[in-house]
Amino acid sequence: MIATQTLRTTQAESLVDKPVIEISGLKKSFGQQEVLINISLKLMNGENLVVLGKSGSGKSVLIKCIVGLLHADGGTINVFEKDLNTLNSNEFNELRKKIGFLFQSGALYDSMTVKQNLEFPLHRIKTELTDKEVQEKIAEVLENVGLADALHKMPSQLSGGMRKRISLARTIVVDPMIMLYDEPTTGLDPVTSDEISSLINDVQKKYKTSSVIITHDIKCALNTANRIIMLRDGEVYMEGNIENFEKTTDPFIQSFFQ
Amino acid sequence: MKKRNPVIKVKGFAVEQSVKLSEKTMLKTVQANNFLTKIADVVIFIIRLTRETFSRDFEFKEFLRQCFQIGYKSLALISVTGAIMGLVLTIQSRPVLVDFGAVSMLPGMVAISLIREMGPVITALICAGKIGSGMGAELGSMKVTEQIEAMEVSSTNPMRFLVVTRVLAATIMIPLLILYADAFGILGSWAGANIRGDVSFVLFFSQAFGHVHFMDLFPAVIKSFFFGAAIGLVGCYKGYNAGRGTESVGKAANSAVVLASLLVIIIDVVAVQITDMLQ
Repeated sequence: MIATQTLRTTQAESLVDKPVIEISGLKKSFGQQEVLINISLKLMNGENLVVLGKSGSGKSVLIKCIVGLLHADGGTINVFEKDLNTLNSNEFNELRKKIGFLFQSGALYDSMTVKQNLEFPLHRIKTELTDKEVQEKIAEVLENVGLADALHKMPSQLSGGMRKRISLARTIVVDPMIMLYDEPTTGLDPVTSDEISSLINDVQKKYKTSSVIITHDIKCALNTANRIIMLRDGEVYMEGNIENFEKTTDPFIQSFFQ
Repeated sequence: MKKRNPVIKVKGFAVEQSVKLSEKTMLKTVQANNFLTKIADVVIFIIRLTRETFSRDFEFKEFLRQCFQIGYKSLALISVTGAIMGLVLTIQSRPVLVDFGAVSMLPGMVAISLIREMGPVITALICAGKIGSGMGAELGSMKVTEQIEAMEVSSTNPMRFLVVTRVLAATIMIPLLILYADAFGILGSWAGANIRGDVSFVLFFSQAFGHVHFMDLFPAVIKSFFFGAAIGLVGCYKGYNAGRGTESVGKAANSAVVLASLLVIIIDVVAVQITDMLQ
């Protein structure tokens, strides 16, 4: 475990001031509909980048392209300085092990208990861990998301907020270096949304992750962002920190922040 | 009133007809395109399935779990259906055989009917309903709730984990369920024979199996493997390729049952023809 943490720190240190994700000229269409027209962005090591935009602006498509769930029609995506277009399936799978993806719906496996849900990626990604280390790791992440007593529950027995927390636990259990959050607070009450937002910040601090957070929840964006990118009609409309966005007089941006 | 020039009238009619024809042609082209795309999808799915089946890292634990789900969890239904099949067949056939003085042929006739045709086909149709729809609905809902995508980002090949295990489990367990249904069918037949008559268990079974030959059992077992593969394949294909909304889960389950049942009947017809040619 200590060896893994050391390797992780070394990898993280080697990436200081370097983008962990670099996208340029990304294009994606579904039939005649152009969803992403020309997206270019960088995610720097250790930062939380919030991607804001209206529903249907292509935010989820963007992160699904990063993790290879959708194939881009044009442009390049570099993750840890590796161009996704040039990787074979084995190399791509290796790269995916460093990326965590929190799905909008949680995507917990219905037929498995919470424990089995957490064991599933661990047994496949962290194959070097012993059974005892797997159980310790599960206990640790459940403690971190505040649901240590949910170990033997089925997903159907969990509330929406609990499902999101368990889903987050399943994502961080394999120590990803990049986290991709797809609408992490959608469908949650304001209190639970705030709890999830602080969990995102805790994950950033504790696991030294770099994150892309897709949202249209402005409160979540303000709580978690180091930098914000606004998408409109498949293109980057504005990029900056929270202050830049709050000070702008652009009516489209203002409509989000009011 | 101004009279319209007949040449212009004919020209207008011709233009109208050619527009209608081109619209129809376009529609038919789109339909043909969709049909061919679906066929290509099925072929690609089967190629991927075959490739993943023979690849390394077979998901043996999940395969065993599916065998348990498909086999053990269907035993009660198959027992009842098999027994009723044998019972009804006996009750219906007995008066006719009595009329011809051939009541002693009853166990053999029922055994051959069950083993060669009724057992495999009826059990496969029930499995198409229970197992095919279950697979369609389960994989369909996994698709809708992004569980399949979650599996993919966890460095797990969903085709290998979800589809290969289910198709193989169905291919192996459905023939076993069919043999189990045959056995219960003969048991039900013995019960049916004892409603009006009095025949011992040993005598009934020895008479039944005395008439059954290798070539009665062998083609039935072979075709039941095809039934199992077809049910597993259709259930998984429909679920794995379900649309995005919750409505598509119902559609996937429903079309899995319909197509799997149809395939069972078609495979049966082909199998009967081949068996007939070989005998």
